[in-house]
Amino acid sequence: MSSTDTASLNNAPAIHAEQLCRHYRMGETLIRAVDGVTLTVGAGEFVALLGSSGSGKSSVLNLIAGLDRPTSGSVIVQERNLAQLSREELAKYRLHTVGMVFQSFNLIASMTLAENVELPMRFAEVDREKRDGLAREALERVGLQARMNHRPSELSGGEQQRAALARALINRPQLLLADEPTGNLDSHTGIEIMNMVRDFNQQLGMTVVMVTHERALAERYAQRLIFLADGKLVGSESNSAVFSHPETIMQARTESSHEAS
Amino acid sequence: MKLPDLTELALRNLRESVLRNSLTTIGISVGVASLVAMLSLGIGLQQLASRRLMKSGLFDTVVVTSRRDLRNFGREEERNGPAPAESRILDEPTRREIEHLPNVLEAYPDIRFITELRYEDKPHLTMVAALPPSAQTNDAFEAMQGHFFSSDTATEAILQKTFAEELLGKTPKAGVDETNVAELAAPLLGKELTMRYAQREAASTAPSKSANDKSTTPADQSLAGAAYSVVSREQKLKIVGVADLDPESMRGPTRARVFLPLKLAESLHVMQPTDLREISRVATDEPVYSSVSVRVKSPSQIKTVEDTVKKMGFNTFSILDASRSIQQFFKVLDVFLGIFGSLALAVAFIGIVNTLVMAILERRREIGIMKAIGASDGDVKRLFFAEAGAMGILGGIVGVALGWAIGQVINLGTNVYLKSQSFPPEHFWSVPWWLVAFAVVFSFLVSLAAGLYPAGRAARLDPVQALRYE
Repeated sequence: MSSTDTASLNNAPAIHAEQLCRHYRMGETLIRAVDGVTLTVGAGEFVALLGSSGSGKSSVLNLIAGLDRPTSGSVIVQERNLAQLSREELAKYRLHTVGMVFQSFNLIASMTLAENVELPMRFAEVDREKRDGLAREALERVGLQARMNHRPSELSGGEQQRAALARALINRPQLLLADEPTGNLDSHTGIEIMNMVRDFNQQLGMTVVMVTHERALAERYAQRLIFLADGKLVGSESNSAVFSHPETIMQARTESSHEAS
Repeated sequence: MKLPDLTELALRNLRESVLRNSLTTIGISVGVASLVAMLSLGIGLQQLASRRLMKSGLFDTVVVTSRRDLRNFGREEERNGPAPAESRILDEPTRREIEHLPNVLEAYPDIRFITELRYEDKPHLTMVAALPPSAQTNDAFEAMQGHFFSSDTATEAILQKTFAEELLGKTPKAGVDETNVAELAAPLLGKELTMRYAQREAASTAPSKSANDKSTTPADQSLAGAAYSVVSREQKLKIVGVADLDPESMRGPTRARVFLPLKLAESLHVMQPTDLREISRVATDEPVYSSVSVRVKSPSQIKTVEDTVKKMGFNTFSILDASRSIQQFFKVLDVFLGIFGSLALAVAFIGIVNTLVMAILERRREIGIMKAIGASDGDVKRLFFAEAGAMGILGGIVGVALGWAIGQVINLGTNVYLKSQSFPPEHFWSVPWWLVAFAVVFSFLVSLAAGLYPAGRAARLDPVQALRYE
């Protein structure tokens, strides 16, 4: 990765949410899905959002992803306040800045893996000649080069999630947002996927925000755990167990940047 | 998203629900086909009618008669302008004057007379008419055996079919007309006819003024007390053609059964009924005509030419008004046929809306995914538009082909019927290239319009909601 990315890891925050609220009205009742959440995620950081069902963790992730707009408060990602972006600008933000993976993979069933991975590049108007090579490369990175022309239904859950990861990274976003990425996978496959996510975080310097309800998983991979309940931030702890030696991370990153160049 | 990508994705989506989209496209095709069928029927009928009528030479012709001829057309107009007795005479100088009017192609006298023709020493009485060289293009001579007059002064004759039958001693069967013109023509072409006629010969070349004449018209001042001799003459004519004319049809000069070249007929100075009427006025060698046919460059100029000739003091007749109401009839017919055709397309329109709205419901999650990975509202909207448009173009093309096929089948069927009723086959079905282009473009536009609402709805989908949808 470039030196500016490494610098941003230590300096500017990648994400800063301030008094973030997302309220829904359902009939007479007001549902406070996100209720005054303030959090900061550093560039290159791996953060896990933890909480039980309905705690608002997915809602926070959607707000960071630009899929949803806050009722009040602000989400600033790379110095842009998402709350103030137009629909068109939000789409561009999702296209170029964010990569998303979901619990249910969300690959388009009628398309082959290669086409699925290629799709964001179509929206980004990448030239057709370049697209094929890049899609192939991305699928090779997740070990699916042999399955390029298969449809999602012909693949296992783990393979589908790997394809989803390849798609999330195809436009080289700085932010990887994962919503329960292992929720539909067995533990062995889950670990395989999480190792990949960790590699992207460490080798490509991507900022990762992962929503999960499995504390063990979060503790194993995330640098920081943020706890939510009833739409409110209820705690945050650094995971010293994961990266007790920042030098090791730096070293890994430097090595990967050498490899890349 | 770039257009090729958009098209590719749209076509891929259409292929995914191939049955539903095919049915929708067939719906469009049927709509377009009915529109094309209706309009091409209208156009074909109109073309048939104008082909028939224009070629008959009636639509670009004004018939000019003198107001002195009380038996002729346009008597109601006598109330305007000079009284019949004081109006101008339709003579050769007048004919030339009319011929030099703007937009007039030619003005030729209507020379016709009833006379005796001898063929193989047997006399036959019939109407003889003179034809100008321009008559060659008249559709009456389309199916002619032999050829048109070799020159305008040739001593040649063209026979009408029924007269040819008479010459050969055949009796035409009543009702069904099955005579073969070629069979009739074979023994007659090249043979000689002898025409007996009454020639008008000027007796005096210097008319004197009558002392008793109190009239003030210029014609009267110079011409009085003149006289003709009427001499019986014979003229040999070579039969050069036998025309398959319909004797019942209203076709002006073609009601005669023997035709001569115009210049030849003029040079014969055949006694005309008008000569008798004007005997007290004209005694020169210059003929006086009962009527003059004026051919105008295009039917649109008929009115101005008619007005000018009327101002000159003559009566005129054209079937312009008839042609106008015919044109109006076809315009109305086209509109009605178009409306009926469009009804089917309106049903197809609703079909497209339905299909696309269903597709949104079905592909809701897919739309959510596309938005999550960076598709803009515009991308989603354009994708649905492209799908609607693709169905429209495809439906349009298939529809035009279908409409054309329906037309061909109906054309064929009707011609089989016409043949069974002993009518000649007709081509009353026409699919001009502009109709093909119009139908495809129209189908495309209608489909885009049908895609407007679904595309807008798909674009506005909330991605969070859409992703939650199973």
